[in-house]
Amino acid sequence: MDFFRPDSLAEALAAKAEHADAVPIAGGTDVMVELNFDHRRPAALLDLGRIVELHEHGRQDGKVRIGAAVPYARIIDELGRELPGLAMAARTVGSPQIRNRGSVGGNLGAASPAGDSHPALLAANAEVEIASIRGTRMVPVKDFYTGVKRNVLAPDELITAVHIAPATGAQQFSKVGTRNAMVIAVCAFGLALHPDQKRVGTGLGSAAPTPRPATKAEEFIATELDWESPKPLADSVLRRFGALVAEAASPIDDVRGSAAYRRHALAVLARRTLGWAWSEHLGGGRRACA
Amino acid sequence: MSAPARSPQVLDDKISGGIGASPQRPDGTLKVRGEFAYASDLWHENMVWGATLRSPHPHAGIRSIGIAKALAYPGVHAVLTHADVPGENAYGLKHQDTPVLAEDRVRYQGEPVALVAADHPEIARQALKLIEVDYEVWEPVTDMERAAHDETLPRLHENGNVVRHQRIVKGDPDARADVVVSGVYELGMQDQAFLGPEAGLAVPAEDGGVDLYLATQWLHVDQKQTAHALGLPVEKVRLTLSGVGGAFGGREDLSMQVHSCMLALHLGRPVKMSYNREESFFGHVHRHPARMYYEHGATKDGDLVYVKARMYFDGGAYASKTPVVVGNGTTLSVGPYNVPNAHIEGWGVYSNNPTCGAMRGLGAVQPTYAYESQMDKLATALGMDPAELRIRNAMSEGSTTVTGQVVDFPAPVAELVRRVRDMPLPPPNTDELGFPGGAANTTHGEGVVRGIGYGVTIKNIAYAEGLDDYSTARVRLQVIGGEPTALVHTAAAEVGQGLVTVQQQIARSELGVERITLHTSDTSVGDAGSSSASRQTYLTGGAVRNACLAVAERVYALAAERFGVEATNLSGGKVVAADGAVVADLAELLGEDVIEETREYHHRKTYPLDPETGQGNAHVQYGFSAHRAVVDVDTELGLVKVVQLDCAQDVGKAINPDAVLGQIHGGSAQGLGLAVMEEIQVTDGVVRNPSFTDYLIPTILDMPPMRVDILERPDPHAPYGVRGVGEPPTISATPAVANAIRAATGLELPRVPIKPEHLTGT
Repeated sequence: MDFFRPDSLAEALAAKAEHADAVPIAGGTDVMVELNFDHRRPAALLDLGRIVELHEHGRQDGKVRIGAAVPYARIIDELGRELPGLAMAARTVGSPQIRNRGSVGGNLGAASPAGDSHPALLAANAEVEIASIRGTRMVPVKDFYTGVKRNVLAPDELITAVHIAPATGAQQFSKVGTRNAMVIAVCAFGLALHPDQKRVGTGLGSAAPTPRPATKAEEFIATELDWESPKPLADSVLRRFGALVAEAASPIDDVRGSAAYRRHALAVLARRTLGWAWSEHLGGGRRACA
Repeated sequence: MSAPARSPQVLDDKISGGIGASPQRPDGTLKVRGEFAYASDLWHENMVWGATLRSPHPHAGIRSIGIAKALAYPGVHAVLTHADVPGENAYGLKHQDTPVLAEDRVRYQGEPVALVAADHPEIARQALKLIEVDYEVWEPVTDMERAAHDETLPRLHENGNVVRHQRIVKGDPDARADVVVSGVYELGMQDQAFLGPEAGLAVPAEDGGVDLYLATQWLHVDQKQTAHALGLPVEKVRLTLSGVGGAFGGREDLSMQVHSCMLALHLGRPVKMSYNREESFFGHVHRHPARMYYEHGATKDGDLVYVKARMYFDGGAYASKTPVVVGNGTTLSVGPYNVPNAHIEGWGVYSNNPTCGAMRGLGAVQPTYAYESQMDKLATALGMDPAELRIRNAMSEGSTTVTGQVVDFPAPVAELVRRVRDMPLPPPNTDELGFPGGAANTTHGEGVVRGIGYGVTIKNIAYAEGLDDYSTARVRLQVIGGEPTALVHTAAAEVGQGLVTVQQQIARSELGVERITLHTSDTSVGDAGSSSASRQTYLTGGAVRNACLAVAERVYALAAERFGVEATNLSGGKVVAADGAVVADLAELLGEDVIEETREYHHRKTYPLDPETGQGNAHVQYGFSAHRAVVDVDTELGLVKVVQLDCAQDVGKAINPDAVLGQIHGGSAQGLGLAVMEEIQVTDGVVRNPSFTDYLIPTILDMPPMRVDILERPDPHAPYGVRGVGEPPTISATPAVANAIRAATGLELPRVPIKPEHLTGT
């Protein structure tokens, strides 16, 4: 197996263009597990550890740009105010050790439907920055996933960052697992209020072949919420929202849970998170994360 | 023979503290600093790596095994099959029914079929893929009840599919009662989930024998079985204990022992084998899943009249400890209660599911879950407080068990229940991480209901049903560097429980000597028996005491010879007379003398059960514990947070109170795991979750704080009055949590682990 360790992004892109079968590795929390279990035998590894711009976050055109390799721990510590939904999702990733190594770029690269960051990225309308020697393109995250553990990346491309607008309203993330910490999602739900756009963003995790938004639920709630003079939501509205979120899922029965339970739980999570977010919007104040 | 690197290690001999103190573990610093060498760290110059090809099918015939391609792979030194087993291709703890390597059929997914030795573990792994096995896939036998009764199923072994059937009849088996409750209870397959996978290093010796360094629970039973399969006399197969990363019963059966020795003897080179986590799930036995039919009858006042039970234990492909599970399961079937009439039947069966054998709480975990579920059901039917019902029926010293055995040692069951009942209850939760769902932000209190539940158990301690259960210790006393020093040598396995600490404490107290060195456990000293059945402090502790007393006798003889004074005690490095007068300084008295004595400790005789009635004095001692669990259940999401888990246990005498507490904490966590998350999921004989990603064990957010009450009512028949500690808390925790969830939800919940689907009806 070849091992490439470029010092700059330009070198990394050149290496990826030359060795399309090289698997990029940053924190290694996914790739190393696959190698250790012999599930995958890449011809080469492309270590992104030395590329500074992948490990930084900052502002760009009014959005937060998070380098693909910025670990979850830093998202929790440094971006909780601007991106509360993503920070909440990051808080549920694995253990402290994993959060020190794992990154959103890795989650996107693996494109597992169970990746914890996806629902938050979907709810917040994140865009994925993708680069190659041919140039850089931006892909809305809802268009990024193409199947179970598949995404839109071309063989010569690397994920370099995600761009997310700072929150303008309340955001929530909830995840069901069968223990109280350090667990892969049985199902997960992300929600973001966008008062500036008078809409609500959603994201479902571990509930379909790819992470996906609950579009009909978003459309329904957009018509129900009174953004001008906000009032408490009727329970029937919350329940309808939950039911539409559950309908958006196409889950499977597997070792972590049944399809029926996943649908049921998503309805509960959607109802609860919308209730919490709307209460906050009504003046309950922002909930702190982590 | 040259010893391997990184094993064994020198343990601390400069700690002080005798019986009843809680001195630091002699291996504690090494372990905390990550410097302790486990069996997987073993290394030897010139060694090669062994790997195991395992069957992908739970039930299949083997038409042929082709090894030529694997053997030709660069870096491969050997490929061995059943044809290469030098001795008899059969082993087993109770029945010799397990092939070292499969011959013409495989009986479970993961059964070893062939071995490879190669320069690197990765090369070995690749070579395994080149071995061509032609399987004829058969329908697996997977239902334990059908395996017991359906004669039309394929016979997995010569004598059919029933490993053991035991009936117990006490009093009037047809007794009737005012109030009757019944239920069918099921328990999934739990794994020991020890953190150090199976590993060992076999080094061929000049005498044609082999030295095996390994992690195990019982050196001598490994030695006997390994020598038999290798066709060698036992003295040519020498075993040395390496660092053991947990066991919980899962290391009682052989794993890589014969395999590594076969490869080493074949090649004349040291061979290391070390399983990874996934292979470990296939490389050791698990806890028997069970299905249990129970009926309890009681008077209107709540006095138990009878218990009827039929219980099935799925032993999987090979017998392992299934006979003992049936023995323990039936003899302990009614719990720590006075029951005048009983009709109990238990079956342990073969199937094509993974082999099940020893695990902490052997054969008692299953019935305790069932009868404690029944006790709550009965309390509801009677309109009685569940703790009160248990206290009312609790056995005590002088009680007669269901096998007719009179309990002739303290049995403070009622007091244990009272103690946990009367502990303060936790306040309502206010911490966001403390709700069900924990770190994942699933509720801020919505849907959360609190429940309280009890679980009480009785567990037999040490080996039963007529086995001569014993341990051996060699103690050498001499002056080293001017200081009297004792060397304690046993073959007992330190598996993490703290036996090394206990051995030092006993020797310090008995010999009045501060510095106690521990000889590495190996087979050059007599059998110590297994580190299982909560027996090592009792048995090996007893043997160390006996050996120390024999050494002391020789010191007294020396003192009498020199000074003509009768000494009776060794204390603080002095030889002391009955009146407290110092007779001599121990170091001065000993001079250049070396005193060494080897002694055994055998526990009281037990007897087999009558095959028809199940009556008999089968057990030597019982341990008792009671738990009270407080849970919060998110009834909408079906998620559970155990808020508090309190325990009271009688330990006879706490040789090391901190270690006792550690056993109770750890055991309780393991019992909690079985209640709400731990299960090897098996479908049609195939394991679906062989990883710690999907076989979940409790984290610190799942395991709540505990209040623990340790009672010390000495057993007059045991050394120092000790009572086995390790197993009971694992057993009573499970039903306590299950009963608390039932109390919160009102659901029947007849199966553990309880999953979100069970709580939400999805």
